[in-house]
Amino acid sequence: MVVDELPAKAVDDLFHALADATRRDILLRCGREEPSVSRLAEAYPMSFAAVQKHVAVLERAGLVTKQRSGREQLVRSDPRALQRAREALDALELTWRGRVERMSGLLADDMETQTRGHER
Amino acid sequence: MSVTSVDKDLDNLTLTLIADFDAPAERVWQLWADPRQLERWWGPPTYPATMQQHELTPGGSVTYFMTGPEGDRHHGWWRIEAVEPPSSLEFTDGFADADGRPSTELPTNVVRVQLTAHDGGTRMQLRSTFSTREQMEQVLRMGMAEGLRESVGQMDALLAA
Repeated sequence: MVVDELPAKAVDDLFHALADATRRDILLRCGREEPSVSRLAEAYPMSFAAVQKHVAVLERAGLVTKQRSGREQLVRSDPRALQRAREALDALELTWRGRVERMSGLLADDMETQTRGHER
Repeated sequence: MSVTSVDKDLDNLTLTLIADFDAPAERVWQLWADPRQLERWWGPPTYPATMQQHELTPGGSVTYFMTGPEGDRHHGWWRIEAVEPPSSLEFTDGFADADGRPSTELPTNVVRVQLTAHDGGTRMQLRSTFSTREQMEQVLRMGMAEGLRESVGQMDALLAA
């Protein structure tokens, strides 16, 4: 079931993100300040695209968020904020999943009524 | 299960859910447009909804209350932003005080629903967005006790399904 698959995937993403020295360094840097992607790119001997890729991996693992500020993309490490956002969206997901289930149930009732109607 | 996919955008505080139903769009639309049908699915079984006002017109409003196990009532409202039967609906969903008066201080959520023909049935795409991070925090603070009860009830239903 989907519920079982999600945490394993999240754990994989997390370990993959932390398995690289550059990414760990980016994460530490983002904990101290909110650098833009271009400022991060200046700090490492690699291309802008490569740094951008590292940031994307960290982002996927839920370790950093990107926030647009004018023409720049600021990278922020704020695990608590992310955790809160996840909690709120998880609660919203549960609410809507419940609603969709009940909608399906009502539509299934239609079918049953129709079938019974035909039998009579 | 009719939920096809769920996507959570943590930066934009948006939930996107896609569900597929085995019924024509007109029929699925009725679940939203007919208040008697809407109240059968809007609230969880432990907090059934009773729709009071229900005007699906631009600028129109829907008001309702949900009744808890102890007879406790929780009021809510929608303000309809856009509506195009039987294919789309956009509304702001908010809380109201004990007398049913919409509270502008409490957080709101913007919901967009789109129904399209898909695979002989109907695909419903739903996007629900918290307007601000502060609002989201507020929902978490006030919704915890109640939301948790609600969610546990729904979990049971999901696991049984």
